[in-house]
Amino acid sequence: MKVSVIKDILSANDEIALQNRQLLDKHGICVMNVMASPGGGKTSLILRTIDALRDRVRIAVVEGDIASTVDADRVAKKSVPVVQINTGGQCHLDAPMLRLALAKLPLADLDLVMIENVGNLICPVDFKLGENLNVMIASAPEGDDKPYKYPGIFIAVDAVVINKIDLLPYLRFDMPAFRKLILGMNPDVHIFEVSCETGQGTEDWAEWVAQQIQTKLK
Amino acid sequence: MHELSITQNILNIVNEHAQRAGAQRITIINLVVGELTGFIDDSIQFYFDMLSPGTLSEGAKLAIRRVPARIRCRACSEEFELRDFNWVCPQCSAIGGDVIQGREFLVESIEVE
Repeated sequence: MKVSVIKDILSANDEIALQNRQLLDKHGICVMNVMASPGGGKTSLILRTIDALRDRVRIAVVEGDIASTVDADRVAKKSVPVVQINTGGQCHLDAPMLRLALAKLPLADLDLVMIENVGNLICPVDFKLGENLNVMIASAPEGDDKPYKYPGIFIAVDAVVINKIDLLPYLRFDMPAFRKLILGMNPDVHIFEVSCETGQGTEDWAEWVAQQIQTKLK
Repeated sequence: MHELSITQNILNIVNEHAQRAGAQRITIINLVVGELTGFIDDSIQFYFDMLSPGTLSEGAKLAIRRVPARIRCRACSEEFELRDFNWVCPQCSAIGGDVIQGREFLVESIEVE
């Protein structure tokens, strides 16, 4: 006998993600899921964003890592609320983990929660957390061929931040071709060229984030 | 590396549906997996063999149907299959467009006894 099921395998996660989202909406908080390879510059971009927006936006950070509090310690120095999630080997954050982290944040006093996902271009894409915005960092040294290899993430994000552009003189990285390819795969995506090291381009990026908070929530 | 928890989700879904149908055991599990998702057939099978014993799914065959990615060109509305991740529209040569298929990841049906 055949039994029709038609059920999304990730539905258990998706339902909790929806609850997270409802909780965050209630508090008027914009949530950004930041994804990238290990070493792409997730923590550095988050720190730059805090520096640029802290006078006008109340920010908290959720740090996802397989182990350690190295990143959370860097963020805590900025005196913003930070919650560390150690996934214990899991390659991505999921909605139940974020739910636990949110319980530790002062939600009534926040406008923006930035979530640093585990460094990985594949797994985090499939697990909704309850975010408003999905952002990936593609750092120039990783190469301009990454959209071919990891299409899933490039088509899933609202913005691609091309980091480490201060290194472009030393790299073979075809920026026009890279931008054209990303826009082809994801015509609505916003692309930013930044260096978190020198700060170049990070103001434009932060301005976009501020706009998103306004348009998503107000 | 997340196929373990994924496979547990699959088992939860199919065992629940089989139980509801009053089945003694599940013989086939039909999954639909889009090419743009990050799930590996062999890995799901590996964890399935580990997790299914002692449940209604023990001994069931995993039938995984991969769904190719399809793109709708924004320039000319042509729909085409994404082959070798070549995002160029075969009709008008514009690059890319909207993904209309390829992100599926679901249990479609089960065969039970």
